[in-house]
Parts: sequence; structure tokens; C-alpha cells
Amino acid sequence: MQPNQHLRILTISSMLMLVLSIYMVFVYAPLEIVMGAVQRVFYYHVASGWIGALAFLITLICSILYLATRNLKWDHVALSSVEIGVVFTSMNIVSGSVWARPIWNTWWTWDPRLTTATIMWLLYAAYLMLRQSLENPQRRRTFAAVYGIVAFVSVPLTFAAIRIWRTIHPVIIGSSDPSAEGNFEMTPPMRNAFFFSLFTFTFLYVTLLWHRIRLEQLTVQVAAMQSRLLNKLST
Amino acid sequence: MPKPANSQRPQASFWRTVQAIMWKDLTSELRHKEIVSAMFIFSLLVVLIFNFSLELDRATRDNVAAGVLWVTFVFAATLGLNRTFAAEKDRDLLDGLLLAPIDRSALFVGKMLSTFIFIIIVESIVVPLFSLLYNMSLFTPLLLVVLVLGTLGYTVVGTLLAAIAIHTRAREIMLPILLFPVAVPVIIASVQASAGILEGNALGNISGPLNLVVVYDIILFAIAIMTFDYLIEE
Amino acid sequence: MINIHSLSKTFGLKPVLRDINLSVPKGGFLALLGPNGAGKTTLLRIVSTLSRPDAGEVSVAGLNLSTHASAIRQLVGVVSHKPLLYVELTAEENLRFYARLYGLVTAEPRISTVLAQVNLSAHRHDLVGTFSRGMQQRLSIARATLHHPQVLILDEPYTGLDQDAAIMLDDVLRSVSTAGCTLLMTTHDSARGLALSQRVAILSRGQIAFETRSIRLTPTQLEDKYREIVNA
Repeated sequence: MQPNQHLRILTISSMLMLVLSIYMVFVYAPLEIVMGAVQRVFYYHVASGWIGALAFLITLICSILYLATRNLKWDHVALSSVEIGVVFTSMNIVSGSVWARPIWNTWWTWDPRLTTATIMWLLYAAYLMLRQSLENPQRRRTFAAVYGIVAFVSVPLTFAAIRIWRTIHPVIIGSSDPSAEGNFEMTPPMRNAFFFSLFTFTFLYVTLLWHRIRLEQLTVQVAAMQSRLLNKLST
Repeated sequence: MPKPANSQRPQASFWRTVQAIMWKDLTSELRHKEIVSAMFIFSLLVVLIFNFSLELDRATRDNVAAGVLWVTFVFAATLGLNRTFAAEKDRDLLDGLLLAPIDRSALFVGKMLSTFIFIIIVESIVVPLFSLLYNMSLFTPLLLVVLVLGTLGYTVVGTLLAAIAIHTRAREIMLPILLFPVAVPVIIASVQASAGILEGNALGNISGPLNLVVVYDIILFAIAIMTFDYLIEE
Repeated sequence: MINIHSLSKTFGLKPVLRDINLSVPKGGFLALLGPNGAGKTTLLRIVSTLSRPDAGEVSVAGLNLSTHASAIRQLVGVVSHKPLLYVELTAEENLRFYARLYGLVTAEPRISTVLAQVNLSAHRHDLVGTFSRGMQQRLSIARATLHHPQVLILDEPYTGLDQDAAIMLDDVLRSVSTAGCTLLMTTHDSARGLALSQRVAILSRGQIAFETRSIRLTPTQLEDKYREIVNA
């Protein structure tokens, strides 16, 4: 399988967009007056959180499709999306923590969003461990699909449960709670940088997903070739 | 073409199957008592360890009792859930259940209810003991409702994931890793509701967490029924 | 009764069954021979609905396996090398449990009948954990025939049986066969398979290598044929 032209174009354009988004986040967007430079974490923090959620939603959809159709490609997408989602969720949690140190004066707080993100990370780490610990490939795919569904459904319930404690996490988009610490109003350049980051990360997600699915398909092909070769040698 | 020959043959109804599986599990347990006794002893050990590690004196006790109680039950229940399919799996008996013309979700419900009964038995011994040891009354009807609903939700999702964990390498380790993050909502909500009750709040004040427990029970039960088929076939 | 049409099954990437075509008529008795690893157990697991085929069609009593699995389960009884019995329950309790799973309404007289058939009436109230391997296998036959199956699938049923139990199993198989039950059995004991069955087939490397009417062969001829195929 030759790396196809579309994928190459996608890879190059997402690299260019990433460079442009770095420029927008660090140069184009103005300095926030109250929080200072650390506010710039916000652009990538939200974007990576968004990709985490999107990736796990894709896994949910592909898990359902896999159970319904038993088509291997859905399992490849589900697995690839979890791996990418876990990486972006980790970035989301770490960048949030970096921002929280100067703003909330602590690395960590048991706020609903932070806690939910962490539990979400644990859920999908468990998903990957589950796949590791099943030998039978058919069973691995089916069980992972079921867990992919159960895990995703539990996330909003987790958020609701932790919501029982009061939140201090700022809500930048939509209604803003004045009591939240670290709130700010976005100026138009900030908004441009923010939405461009979101767009870039989504683009990057699609590129990475495509690469990862291709890798998975190549793995399957290599295994099939190996087994054909072994069968030929044995007969 | 021969017509489907089973038309005059009785097929086991859903509830008859559930009852048969529960009867079998409960009879086995009555003879061996290994699951209930292990969960019970383990619960006592957890309570004991909490006592030493938290210095449960009068003042702190009131604040943490609900948490201690739930953590104890969650840990103990995990032991029981690990055994839900273990006997059948280890002695190659799953085929016997799968060969039978039964509704697969009846198998799930039967297994889930047996484990639920085992856990409730342990809770109904530990709760009075806990009251006795710490000289605090846990016998409000509302608390018992929360105990039953929370345990039900945990058992539903636990039974589903036990059916997964049973086929993994190192399955005793895999079950809590799979189960705890999924069970977080029902544990938090149950602890919150129980703590509210122990502080003397009325039903109105704990309706938030209590509703969440009920919603969790319903949603996870629906998912379990829909996906269990996929977990037991080959 | 059993129709298998171009059935294939792979485990991971390893083909276990390749393009199997086989049929057993109503009331027929097919003995399936073959070395370990030839795919006999897999084939039987597919016919008994425990495993799903990757390709091909299987039907039992005119019912398609992939769409009517539950109806087929009601018609099929299975004896495998696993006894599928609960050691902490008595013989009677085991049968009662399975009778409930199969929806048997008047279970008690039927339980007595099958227990008598396998000569275990005296041990009705004994725990299965105290049974010898042969006794467990006999009870396993009682379990498999409990719900009047129209098809009986037997995977190496003679494994672990002593001489008396083996003769008793011969009798049980003959009587269910005469009663019109369709039988599909794997065995290592080619002479016994030949004597009991109407047709024999040899499965080798996932393919049916040979099939004929049992009456056409002497045990020695079958042995020779078997060796020729397996060592080819």
C-alpha cells in the first residue's frame, strides 16, 4: 500500500497550520491583562480537551458500528481514536495544571471538569489495557467495543456526580459564572486565535487518525502475509 | 422443507431461566459459602483498617462514616463480582449455559441478581456491626434504600464487566481497573446521599444524588442488556 | 437433518476448517474420524451453535444456524469431553437445573427415566463431585438427552470411560438412534465408530478427506484409509 497523495497533502497542511497557530497563539493574540502570559495555555488547553472528547465520541460510534457489522475497519478506527484521545487528554490535563498553578494557586483541585477529565483518561487507559490482556483477536475487538460504549456513557454521569461539589472552573464559552476564578472576556484577536487552534487541532486529529488506521491495516496485512508464508512452508 | 420442529416444544421463559440460574447459584453458595464468607471477612478487615488509619473518633466518624461504609462495600463486592463467572469459566461450564435455548439477557439478569443477593447479605450483616462498633445508628429506611439502589447499580455494571474480565489474563486485577472508573458516578452519588442522610437531611435535600443513582441504574442496566450477548458468544 | 455447505472457519489467521460440505439425513448416524487438530471439535462447536462460522451455511432441521440459533439449541443435545456438570450439586439437581433451562414442564419423570437409562438411579442424590470420571460422563449423556433432542452431537464421548460404561454408552446410542435421533460423533476409536454408525468421514487438515457408508468397509480397511490420509 503506497502512502496515498491525499494523506501526504493532509500531513503537510496540518504541519503548516500548526506553525500558523503557534504564531497566532504567541504573537497575534494580545496579552491578557490580569493573568499575563500563562493565559496563552488556554488556546491549546481547550483544543486538546476538545480533541479528547471528539476522539472518544468517534470511538463510541465506531464501537457500535463494529458490533453491528463486524467489519474490521470500525475496530481499527475505534482503537486508533482511543490512542490519540488519550494523548490529547493527557495534554489537556497537564496544560490545565500548568495554568492552574499561578491562577488558582495550586497544581490540582478536585473540580468537576478536572476530575472528569482524569477519570476519562483512566477509562481509556483501561480500554487499552483490556485490549492488551486479551489473546483471542475476535474477543479483543468485541470486548473493546462493549467497553468503548460503557466508558463513554459513564463520562457525563461522572461529570454530573462530581457536579454535586461546586465548581471553580471558568466557563469561557457560553454563559459565564462570575464566581469562577480565572474568567476573562475574549477580544476578537483572541477569539480568532482560539477558533483557529480548535480548527488546527481537529485537522491534526484527522491526519493522525488516518496515519494510525493505515498503520493498523498494514499490521494486519503483514500478519496475513506471515501466516500465508508459514502455511506454504508447512505444506 | 420440515417445519420448525420446536413449535410444540416449550421454551424456557425469561423469568423461569432467571430463577433457574439464581436457584443454582444460591444452592451452590449455600453448600460452599465461599463467596459470602470471603466478602464478609474482607469487609470486617477493611473497616478495621479504616479504624486505624483514620482514627475514627466521635467527631471524624460522623463525617466519614458514609465514605468508609461505601468503600468497604465496593471493595468487598469486587471480590464477589470476580467470582460471578469464575466457577463456570474455571470448570468449563459456560458451554452448558450457552448450549441451552435461553435468552442471553436472562443469563445476565440471573447472574446479576445472585451476586446482588450475596452482596446484600454481607451488607445486612456489616451495617448493624458497623452501627454497633461505632455507636451510631445506620437504620434509617432512607439509608437502606440508598444502599440497595447503589449496590444494584454497582452490581449491574460489575456483572457486565466481570463477563469481560473473566477472559483476560490476570482477570482478578483487570476487573477493578475496568470497573472502578465506570462506577465512579454511582459511588460518588451513593456516598453523597448516604452522608446527607446521616447528617439528618430529609429526602428533599438528597434528591440530587439519589436521582443520579436511579438514572445510573437504569442507563447501565439498559446497556448491559443490549451488550451482554456480544460478551458470551465466541 | 444436518446440512453443512462450504463451511470455513479461521482462528485469527490460521484456517481451521476449509470448505466443508457434509450432511447427515434425519435418523442418520455419522462418525467423524481424524487426528488431533484436524478441526473436529471446531466443526462440532459450530453445529452446536457455540461458535460461529466465518463463511458457509449450516442448517439443522431446516433451520439456518445464523438466524435460528435458539430454536436449534432446543433440538440439539451435546456430549463433549467436558461433562458440563456442577460438582457441588447432586445428580438430580444438575438435571433439574438443565431441565429448567430447556423449559421442560414435566421434568421429574423425565429425570428418573434418563437416570435409569444411564444406570445412575442409585446415585440420584449423590453430589457429582463424588462421581468417578465414568459416572460423570454417564450423567453427562443423561443431561444431553434430557430434553428429547432430535440431534445428538458427541465429541469423543468414549474418552475416560471404562469397559462397562463404554458398552452402556453403545446401548444408549443405539437406542436413541433407533428412536429416530440424528447423531454426529467424533471418535478416535475407528472400529467402534464404524460399528455404530451408518456413515463415516475422515477430517484431515480442516477438510473432509473421505466419506462413505460404514457398511462398505471393514475396520482394517478403514484403518488403512485413515493412515493413508493422515500420513499423506
